Amino acid sequence: MTFNRRRFIQAAGAGLSASALGFPAVARAQSGPIRLGLMTVKTGPLASGGIDMERALVQYLKEHNATMAGRKVELFVGDSGGVPAQSRTKLQELVERDKIQIMIGPLDTASALASDDYIRSQQLLTLSVAAAEDMTQRKPNPWFTRGTSTSSQSAQPLADYCAKTLKYKRMLTIADDIAYGHEMCAGFQRVFEDAGGKIVQKLFPPLTVPDYGTYIAQLKTNVDGIFLGFAGSNGFRFYRQFNEYGLRGKVAVVGGMTAFDEAVLRNMGDEALGIITSCWYSADVENAINKRFVANFRVDWGYDPGFYAAATYVEAAVLDATLQKIHGKIEDKQAFMKTVRAITVDTARGPVRFDHLGNVVGNVYIRRVERKDGRLVNRVIQTYPNVSQFWTYKEAEFLKNPVYSRDWPPAKNLES
Amino acid sequence: MKWARWALLAVALAAFPWIAGEYYINLTSQIFIAATFAASLNLLVGYGGLPSLGHASWLGLAAYLSAWMSLKLGLGHALTAPAALLGTTLVACAFGWISLRATGLGFLMITLALSQVLWGTAYRWVSVTDGDNGLRGLTRPAPFGISLDGATSFYYFALAVTVVAITLMAMFVASPFGAALRGTRDQPRRMSALGHDVWTVRWITFVYSAFWGAVSGLLFVYYNKYIHPASLSITSSAEALLGVIAGGSGTLAGPIVGAAIIMLLKNYVSAYIERWNMLMGFVFVLIVIFMPEGVVPGVRRLYLRLRKWRTG
Repeated sequence: MTFNRRRFIQAAGAGLSASALGFPAVARAQSGPIRLGLMTVKTGPLASGGIDMERALVQYLKEHNATMAGRKVELFVGDSGGVPAQSRTKLQELVERDKIQIMIGPLDTASALASDDYIRSQQLLTLSVAAAEDMTQRKPNPWFTRGTSTSSQSAQPLADYCAKTLKYKRMLTIADDIAYGHEMCAGFQRVFEDAGGKIVQKLFPPLTVPDYGTYIAQLKTNVDGIFLGFAGSNGFRFYRQFNEYGLRGKVAVVGGMTAFDEAVLRNMGDEALGIITSCWYSADVENAINKRFVANFRVDWGYDPGFYAAATYVEAAVLDATLQKIHGKIEDKQAFMKTVRAITVDTARGPVRFDHLGNVVGNVYIRRVERKDGRLVNRVIQTYPNVSQFWTYKEAEFLKNPVYSRDWPPAKNLES
Repeated sequence: MKWARWALLAVALAAFPWIAGEYYINLTSQIFIAATFAASLNLLVGYGGLPSLGHASWLGLAAYLSAWMSLKLGLGHALTAPAALLGTTLVACAFGWISLRATGLGFLMITLALSQVLWGTAYRWVSVTDGDNGLRGLTRPAPFGISLDGATSFYYFALAVTVVAITLMAMFVASPFGAALRGTRDQPRRMSALGHDVWTVRWITFVYSAFWGAVSGLLFVYYNKYIHPASLSITSSAEALLGVIAGGSGTLAGPIVGAAIIMLLKNYVSAYIERWNMLMGFVFVLIVIFMPEGVVPGVRRLYLRLRKWRTG
């Protein structure tokens, strides 16, 4: 039996009989394999990324013989569908039926927020991929650690790059109408305007909009650049229409960490060349761990890993390193949390450490789409080292403001 | 005989938490919530002949009201629960007045439009609803000092509320008023000629059904301790309508069975089958082909036919 299959009959049977006999859950959890849960999305518009998450995590386990710190690791996968109430039920299934001890995920912000109080009440160790800002900011969850980035953590350096290196003065933003899109655009806007730029238009098409035509028709073209904050496959869908409308070359395009992800880049052609994006990862990042990761991933799946694949691969490395330090004793949750937040790990994205709120401090890469060996890659052209979720702002001052949203920071320079 | 069957069901439901694991207890609690919700919609769809695509409004509105009052005003559950029910019912009075200007498809579209207004408000009015982030940090009530945070205690709470809700809805349907309601469904003009005020009968049913929708909304928000605009969306309304139709509209057990089928497909079967959406579609196609009147009447028909065939 492969470890990405659910051992459902066993689990259900064990769950039923054990609870019938009244065994406390702890007694059964003390020994045996580490039970790792992955909360991902395998249906809906976010599915392409969610499937990458599972593939990369399975690959990590395969590369390490499904063993961390000398203990076997068993993987259980849940599909939240990107729907908050469903993600909660799925998480309960992973915790209460599959008895997972640690969760990697969820993918999307709303699922993370919906699971927040459940994670607290179950004291479930969580290594998150979801970017929801407040989970590590104003309402930090003590069991929550994030090795990827907050929504705006990668967008803020890009705004800095646009203002200072590209010398853009006027820009507009367009992103999915979900918390992730709002937060990313807000962070971009704040840093860009603090550096002297102006955001003159902000658009938020619905996540599942079938056609971007009406939005593209509204785009102002008298700007220096457009910031795309799309997730999943929407960046690809938007840019294809943008191109069909003949706007390519008329206005420069820059993108957030998921807009031109490697997972969608492989479906694009020369029209994507030269687009600049920022992310905490690129398949092009030069280090030994990443080289092996990318090579193995290409062998198995035939394309480069991107944001979502790297997310679980990095989280798995963080988990692995933490378990080494505490000698595999994942049952000691306090020790785990203390260790994971003090750790420094070399991962596929470069060195990773965490702030006291559980959010990552690490490199953010400015990347440009180039052609290499016949395929499109996100070539790293500049590295912002040790970027924190607060960018260059003071933590206390940053946290005094409301959380990034559609309405904050207020857009004062909008032109109608 | 009938009495024994009911007793058996009662014992089974009461004993369930002792034999099942925590996950299954929670899953069953969710089925109770969905069943109350679908049963309340059934009053309109099944007994009133008024298909609504906006029923999620009541679940979502009650949930949002109670969440908002406890988070932003700091009120306790003893106040928020009745206030949320009252507020939702008042909104339903207004919405019913608007949507009952039409019946059939027109009614369907107006309820859909009104529920989209609420959904849009929840999504956009960030200062009140926190928009796409949803409201979180909620608690469950503790009636008579019993904490509902455990799976088992919440199960009994949901069970009790569901039993009360369904009993009261059954009494509503069985009453002379319920007969009048079915009359307005089948022969509105004749009912009118007989001196019944068809519009008022429908409006009262609309409000009554919204009230029980609101009750399920409170259960929903207590269970999840979180509320997101998705609960107000058309998907949520459509799912309930699908449950009513699949289970058998116009029967008491139909919506309960339908809601259970959807819950199990969505949350349980989906763990083993990645393409569970397809399976759900497939199940509904099968229901439509073999039991177009719904599972409950369909099974009853098959059972009767089987008995007839056996006896002679």
